Amino acid sequence: MSNLFKYTLRIADSSLVLGQRMSEWCSKGPTLEEDIALSNIALDLFGQANGFYEYAAELDGSRSKDDLAFKRNEREFFNHQLSEQENGNFGTTTVRNFLHDAFNFLFYTELASSKDEILAALAAKSLKEVKYHLRHSSNWLIRLGDGTNESNLKVQEALDFLWQYTGELFEMDEVDNDMLDNGLGVDNIQLKIKWDELINNTLKKAKLKRPIDGYMATGSRKGIHTEYLGFLLAEMQFLPRAYPDAKW
Amino acid sequence: MLEESFQEQIDAERKIEPKDWMPDDYRKHLIRQMSQHAHSEVIGMQPEGNWITRAPSLRAKMILLAKVQDEAGHGLYLYSATETLGISREELVQQLHEEKAKYSSIFNYPTLSWADMGAIGWLVDGAAIVNQVSLQRTSYGPYSRAMVKICKEESFHQRQGYEIMAEMAKGTAEQKEMAQDALNRFWWPSIMMFGPQDSDSPRTGNAMKWKIKRQTNDELRQSFIDKTVGQAEVIGLTIPDPDLKWNEDRGHYDFGEMNWEEFWSVVNGNGPCNKQRLAHHKKAHDDGEWVRNAAKEYARKQELLLN
Amino acid sequence: MAENETVWEVFIQSKNGLAHKHVGNVHAADKVMALENARELYTRRNEGSCIWVVKASEIVSSETEDSEAFFDPSNDKMYRHPTFYNMPEGSKHI
Ligand SMILES: [Fe+2]
Ligand SMILES: [Fe+2]
Repeated sequence: MSNLFKYTLRIADSSLVLGQRMSEWCSKGPTLEEDIALSNIALDLFGQANGFYEYAAELDGSRSKDDLAFKRNEREFFNHQLSEQENGNFGTTTVRNFLHDAFNFLFYTELASSKDEILAALAAKSLKEVKYHLRHSSNWLIRLGDGTNESNLKVQEALDFLWQYTGELFEMDEVDNDMLDNGLGVDNIQLKIKWDELINNTLKKAKLKRPIDGYMATGSRKGIHTEYLGFLLAEMQFLPRAYPDAKW
Repeated sequence: MLEESFQEQIDAERKIEPKDWMPDDYRKHLIRQMSQHAHSEVIGMQPEGNWITRAPSLRAKMILLAKVQDEAGHGLYLYSATETLGISREELVQQLHEEKAKYSSIFNYPTLSWADMGAIGWLVDGAAIVNQVSLQRTSYGPYSRAMVKICKEESFHQRQGYEIMAEMAKGTAEQKEMAQDALNRFWWPSIMMFGPQDSDSPRTGNAMKWKIKRQTNDELRQSFIDKTVGQAEVIGLTIPDPDLKWNEDRGHYDFGEMNWEEFWSVVNGNGPCNKQRLAHHKKAHDDGEWVRNAAKEYARKQELLLN
Repeated sequence: MAENETVWEVFIQSKNGLAHKHVGNVHAADKVMALENARELYTRRNEGSCIWVVKASEIVSSETEDSEAFFDPSNDKMYRHPTFYNMPEGSKHI
């Protein structure tokens, strides 16, 4: 398996898993308008996953994009642990997405100039969507942070909890380094500076306190996850697994 | 006098607009029918929502989610149109929660397999489309405009459902069985979506006179059945009605007796999912309260800053 | 318990060069949210190049009762329409 394949697969996995989480909101949104907004985000993420899986399948040569999505186990998924965190209340979802959107925005901005033309094109398309996602999650973070006492407490609590999953966004392993050295991938460590700035600005507007860096979860690049992912996959993969001969 | 010129306007096929004078009963009838329609779109998200996280391919996931999202949109178009009659969406939702307003009974049936996504798109959306196409010509302007928009969006809903059914019907033996089972469960409730037979439908008179409804329940039902029989044949599934047969003289299909006892019992709250659907809707509403409050409070603070 | 949310009327310009057209309403607490909600609801199929949202309470409408006084007087002013005029036979491009 080439590093390009692994790299592409990781991006696809994060998009799919976060999309899956967002799709769980359907018919449960705080307003009907927001319900539609949440589904739009899920649809963008599924579209991104679809694009990156398609490319990964092409690089792989033997598996289809649906095989990649529906026929791998927990330990073979490489999505950021942040993306698999449960939706919780609307505040938890807002914070999780905000942290991830801010990363994705910076990440795709860089990836759009990858020397790999397909990765670059996929990144450029995703970037347009992620810009909107970031705008949406930032606006909500500010409303909730600077809304009522109750809402401020709720998002602060979510932020304090989810902070531990932000560390691994900026890690570099041998795949990342190889991709970077060949002008194909992104320097995640460099992203951290801009990410901090973006996060700090928005948290300030939202009247939220930036958590102190403490324990940071790690391991998704090696297929290590929180316990939530197994259930998410079991539900998502049920049909293709239960009826392996069926086409849908 | 007013009533006369109102009816003249209707008879001349001129649309009634929000600020026009209208009989009280016309307004009431519209509010009841349009809000029931809106609630149906929104509650209707649930049975299909039940399978979004389990859709079997990336393509299927996107299609189903986009479809269910459209239904939320339809709900909003209709709430928006109903609000022009001088009632707020909050009041309408409250009526739903207090069980003063109804929604289509079809959504009180459970979705038990992936084939149900096919059956719902094909039959339930199919039936809804027959009704909605007819309602594009309804006499109330905002309702008619909402219907035009909705009909445009519906066109893919029935197709995606029929595609699922067709794929499964020609798939493995298990898939075919699921498809037939879904058709068996959804056929009768679907044709009862058009409501009671004309002979038992007391309100149809005014609704037809005021051109709120343009075709009767029985006419719409017949046109749906006539369209659908052939579609079932093409994909090799059997409609679960032994009395179904072409009637040369009428130029329509004859069909068997519908089980109105079951229909009314589901309408009156005793269907398999009535409690669940309403509880789901209430929970989402209640869970969202702190969010709506926060947004309002934030808006209030921002306005203070400006002034 | 009716918590009256702010209603915003939505106008969409489907492409440059065309006028904005009323499409319905959205509920939203503030104008940023109103614009985003309108985008989510009314432009899911690529229908828009520009969106206006206006607080419904800020719109002033004429009343049906006034419609005779408002609109009938222009009925008999046919001289405002080009077809009112007789052009000499054979004249072109006018
Ligand atoms: Fe619909
Ligand atoms: Fe539909």
